[in-house]
Amino acid sequence: MYRYDQYDQAMVDARVEEFRDQTRRRLEGRLTEDQFKPLRLMNGLYLQLHAYMLRVAIPYGTLDSRQMHMLADIADKYDRGYGHFTTRQNIQYNWIKLEDAGDILADLASVEMHAIQTSGNCIRNISSDHFAGAAADEVVDPRPYAELLRQWSSFHPEFSYLPRKFKIAVIASDTDRAAMRLHDIGIQIVRNEADELGAAFYVGGGMGRTPMIAPCINAFVPLDRMVTYAEAALRVYNRHGRRDNKYKARIKILVHELGAEEYTRQVEEEFAHLLGQGVEPPFAELERIRGYFEDPLFEDGLSAELDRSDPDFALWVDRNTIAHKAPGYVSAVISLKPVGGIPGDATAEQMHLMADLARDYSFDELRVMHTQNIVLPHVRKADLHALWTALEAAGLGSPNLDTIEDIIACPGLDYCSLANARSIPVAQKISERFAANGKTEALGQLKLKISGCINACGHHHAGHIGILGVDKKGVENYQLLLGGSEAEDVSLAKITGPGFDEAGIVDAVETAADVYLRERQDGERFLDTYRRIGMTPFKEALYG
Amino acid sequence: MRLLTGNDLRTGAVTWWTGNDWSLHVEDAVDVTGTEDEIARREEAARRVNAPYAIDASLHQGRPRPSHIKDRVRALGPTVRPDLTLKPADPDIGSWVI
Repeated sequence: MYRYDQYDQAMVDARVEEFRDQTRRRLEGRLTEDQFKPLRLMNGLYLQLHAYMLRVAIPYGTLDSRQMHMLADIADKYDRGYGHFTTRQNIQYNWIKLEDAGDILADLASVEMHAIQTSGNCIRNISSDHFAGAAADEVVDPRPYAELLRQWSSFHPEFSYLPRKFKIAVIASDTDRAAMRLHDIGIQIVRNEADELGAAFYVGGGMGRTPMIAPCINAFVPLDRMVTYAEAALRVYNRHGRRDNKYKARIKILVHELGAEEYTRQVEEEFAHLLGQGVEPPFAELERIRGYFEDPLFEDGLSAELDRSDPDFALWVDRNTIAHKAPGYVSAVISLKPVGGIPGDATAEQMHLMADLARDYSFDELRVMHTQNIVLPHVRKADLHALWTALEAAGLGSPNLDTIEDIIACPGLDYCSLANARSIPVAQKISERFAANGKTEALGQLKLKISGCINACGHHHAGHIGILGVDKKGVENYQLLLGGSEAEDVSLAKITGPGFDEAGIVDAVETAADVYLRERQDGERFLDTYRRIGMTPFKEALYG
Repeated sequence: MRLLTGNDLRTGAVTWWTGNDWSLHVEDAVDVTGTEDEIARREEAARRVNAPYAIDASLHQGRPRPSHIKDRVRALGPTVRPDLTLKPADPDIGSWVI
């Protein structure tokens, strides 16, 4: 994985000292909160319901055991012994003291991490496929391109004050595991008929209060022009994006209002202008970065056989491991969704354990999934039983990947100052309900996503079943949505009808699941059945 | 009644105006109706509290209870982590919030 060079480290170290000074001046009263707020947000420090919250960037979700150990140490030393992995492949700490912020950033910098651009109207942490470099179906490892874009977008002077926040995802397979078309810019690395690599640009997607699926504006940008094309796409947005209304300020609104064709025309015009300006980094820089993402030394001749005599182990293997490009290996998913647990939360002890297991069994690498789980990307099949045994002992062995118990949930009203309703208790009750009624296995793949407000951090628009918490005259109320997908078959979920209270929404989810079990045909997932039969049977069952 | 609340500048902890100081406990809060803006300005200038603001509340069993659920969650702590709330041993605290 990528390692900082002297410039990366110097930039991050300088930012730590700069923020330490800004924090000191705030505590001494030389900066007001109005002056300080944009400075702390540029360093990922929010003020949430109960305390300051620090969001730490994990570029494209990749980290090594040294970094995971540090995340655990920070949870122990500065927080309350746990952290929360987010839907942007980051980690958040909920109980940070302002006076500790500089020390935390210095600790992060010591392992080549930071919290820069995890807030504010800038280009945020770039996300990617959590199976990158391991997936059998990828054209190429997308992370070098994500890293190049990370370097381009870090401290980019022209794009530090965009009309609104800006999110980019990079993938390199037709299977979309990064919700690529629900980003401001989604890039898919593709290979053309001449066997050349290029970047397909999808611009103007997003969730939030106005969900939109990004249209493709250019199906093949040569890789040696990818950064320039991204610059052109951002420039048009920076020039014409609305700054008068934050609810209409995202690029999706601009693309929608201009029309994809006109927006594309302007981007192409800007791109032609920029081609002569030397925006693109030398191709050698991409080659240098690519050198950090060489495959680890996979062993040849490994057996593909597994001892499946332990049924619990066999179930975990079936549900939580993914085919790998190297024979004898798999990618193993560590579920952070125990029944009744808080989705995405991990204790410091669990983080230390995951780091040790990555060192022992996965070439020292971990990934954070946008679905709030952790991946060990390169595990020998022969090591799976030992790995599972260690995970089980630590409460990390839940065999529930992509099931109804594998719920995405934002922090909601339990932590977030923007939320209107609590998300986590709903997730807990749903996972408990389905663990108890035994329907999880029969339901198969069923992606359930919960947001505590219209900002949609819990991706409810993209859930096969989505839940949106709203404030109804001071009382929590939950809308049910059906039919969303963030994958390559992307679609936006639709609301079923009137909302439910906390107990009612759990019943409603089970009712919708029962409709699927009753109506499904051979091989259909919940989403397939919904698309075939439509909303009506679900509405009849829910509202009769 | 109106309560004045904010977050402690250094720690970020939720605090409530008691009439002459800030407390972590909402039951210590006093009615600030009519004086909230003046107190908020003064206390923010004194760098003791961050972004203070007034909320609606009512008396519940003789003690102030914020009217809105968001403020009740602030007053207690995350409902999903009773071990981290200010009253982890109180079995009735969930109903107080909801």
